[in-house]
Amino acid sequence: MRLNPFSRRTSKVVDQYGAPGSGDATIINIVTIVVILGSWWLVTHLELIRPLFLPSPEQVISKFNKIACTAHYYESFLTFLGIMSEVEAECEGFSEHALHQHILWSLYRVFLSFFLAVITAVPIGIAMGMNRIARGVFDPPIEFYRPIPPLAYLPLTIIWFGIGESGKIFLIYLACFAPIAINARAGVRSVSIEQIHAAYSMGATRQQVVWQVVIKAALPEILTGMRVAIAFGWTTLVAAEMVAAKAGIGVMVLNAARFLATDIVFLGIVVIGAVAFVFDLMMRKIEKALVPWKGKV
Amino acid sequence: MSTIISLSHIGMEFPSLDGTGSVEALNDVSIDFLENEFVVALGASGCGKTTLLNVIAGFLRPTSGEILHKGAPVTGPGHDRGVVFQKHALFPWMNVVENTEFGLKLQKVGKEERRDAARANLGLVGLTDFENYPIYQLSGGMQQRVGLARALTCNPEMLLMDEPLGALDAFTRETMQELILNVWRQTQKVVFFITHSVEEALFMATRLIVMSPRPGRITHEYKLEFYRRFFESGDARAVKSSPEFIKMREEVLSIIYGEEVGEQMP
Ligand SMILES: Nc1ncnc2c1ncn2[C@@H]1O[C@H](COP(=O)(O)OP(=O)(O)OP(=O)(O)O)[C@@H](O)[C@H]1O
Ligand SMILES: [Mg+2]
Repeated sequence: MRLNPFSRRTSKVVDQYGAPGSGDATIINIVTIVVILGSWWLVTHLELIRPLFLPSPEQVISKFNKIACTAHYYESFLTFLGIMSEVEAECEGFSEHALHQHILWSLYRVFLSFFLAVITAVPIGIAMGMNRIARGVFDPPIEFYRPIPPLAYLPLTIIWFGIGESGKIFLIYLACFAPIAINARAGVRSVSIEQIHAAYSMGATRQQVVWQVVIKAALPEILTGMRVAIAFGWTTLVAAEMVAAKAGIGVMVLNAARFLATDIVFLGIVVIGAVAFVFDLMMRKIEKALVPWKGKV
Repeated sequence: MSTIISLSHIGMEFPSLDGTGSVEALNDVSIDFLENEFVVALGASGCGKTTLLNVIAGFLRPTSGEILHKGAPVTGPGHDRGVVFQKHALFPWMNVVENTEFGLKLQKVGKEERRDAARANLGLVGLTDFENYPIYQLSGGMQQRVGLARALTCNPEMLLMDEPLGALDAFTRETMQELILNVWRQTQKVVFFITHSVEEALFMATRLIVMSPRPGRITHEYKLEFYRRFFESGDARAVKSSPEFIKMREEVLSIIYGEEVGEQMP
């Protein structure tokens, strides 16, 4: 009996005396997702809720095909291969843009702002961690604006920059800036005094200590800051686009809501969520590649 | 034998926690480190051993007294005095060999040359096969060996070690004692070594200094030769269990213990 290969005895003991909440939850995740999608399908097919409030999954998928111009691009591809002679399906899109154009506009805004935030917030955060004067100068403004929701100063950016691109970029930039600066500042503290002393006793100059020890030690936390920042930037972007923009995933959702096109609203929400998920996955991959020692020392 | 580092009448005061007075971490400490000496410092917690090491390393400037390196005043840390720390001192963003050659990189030594030097020292501490390992995949004992190889690669005249074996298990610790003694014999460095283990101190030292707290000062000094017996016989356990060793161990223990008991009486 003891030798039963299917016995879960040992793993049960480990479960019981391991860290609370450990263990694999993938199967539970899948079950939850299937239950949610299934109930959605069921509820709409039994016509328990009107499509205006809850469109069926098929409806959302067909809207996706329409807005993403699936047929159009598929036929373009076939013509390219020479299988078809002419593209017949038209590209309708929504709000004068196909889905990928909306997404690209949004990505362009968030990445430009994120890039600007990284190249300014990382040096400023590191300076704050290492220099009394820099900390004195930058601490009050950052700590003041950081807890304010971006939507609260959105009107101000409109007054300052108008409804063009620069205001949106500025808004997202601010959203990304604080988490990166604060994490970079904290990261500077994660270097141990022994590491600094070791470098000095191997003949390092102060500059070498800063560039080759302190900043390297801060890297894991800088990347954490970047991960938080891009997620926060994405949230803010969607809000910013809802004010005034020609294209963008936020515009798409808002315009759809005006026309009570609930299926497009749904589609927009799914796309927004999916992009955020991809961002997070991407940042995790980057962390794994750049700071494999994170959490291991 | 020539003097490498010379401390005379070193005093070190720190402001006390309540800010009113001061803590005298070192009081009138004078000691010369001669060529090829292995000096071990022993003493109760808080008696100023680390402070003394930090003063020699140049991390701390003493409040009084003078410290000379071959006649020239020491003003700060430098690669003529290598330091091995108890832990947390390696750079996890570099692998073993990159950590080891880091000092030479700081000094702008060419890539080939510093790699060769690093490899030679990794060989000395028995880590040849691990040069491409990341630091976080090494055991505690291996990490300390990297720390030692790294300090040696700068080719310092003096090695300063603050409880380098304090975080290791008993078995690894004994192996490391032998390894450090062998490295010392081959490299001919002056060593200043801090430990809490009386046995370790007696086994390794050419000279043992016993310190006592409040104010921190050197109270006893011994010239020792137990290491020599180890070099002759190669049997560390036999040395450590010899009657002379045990007698000496009890004597030193009673000094330290006696002081700690004395502490509690006003
Ligand atoms: N930076 C500091 N500021 C204030 N007091 C300090 C500082 N460093 C050490 N001290 C004090 O100086 C005394 C000696 O400390 P030190 O660290 O040198 O002791 P130690 O012998 O190394 O002790 P241990 O064996 O526990 O490592 C202690 O009373 C300590 O509180
Ligand atoms: Mg100490």
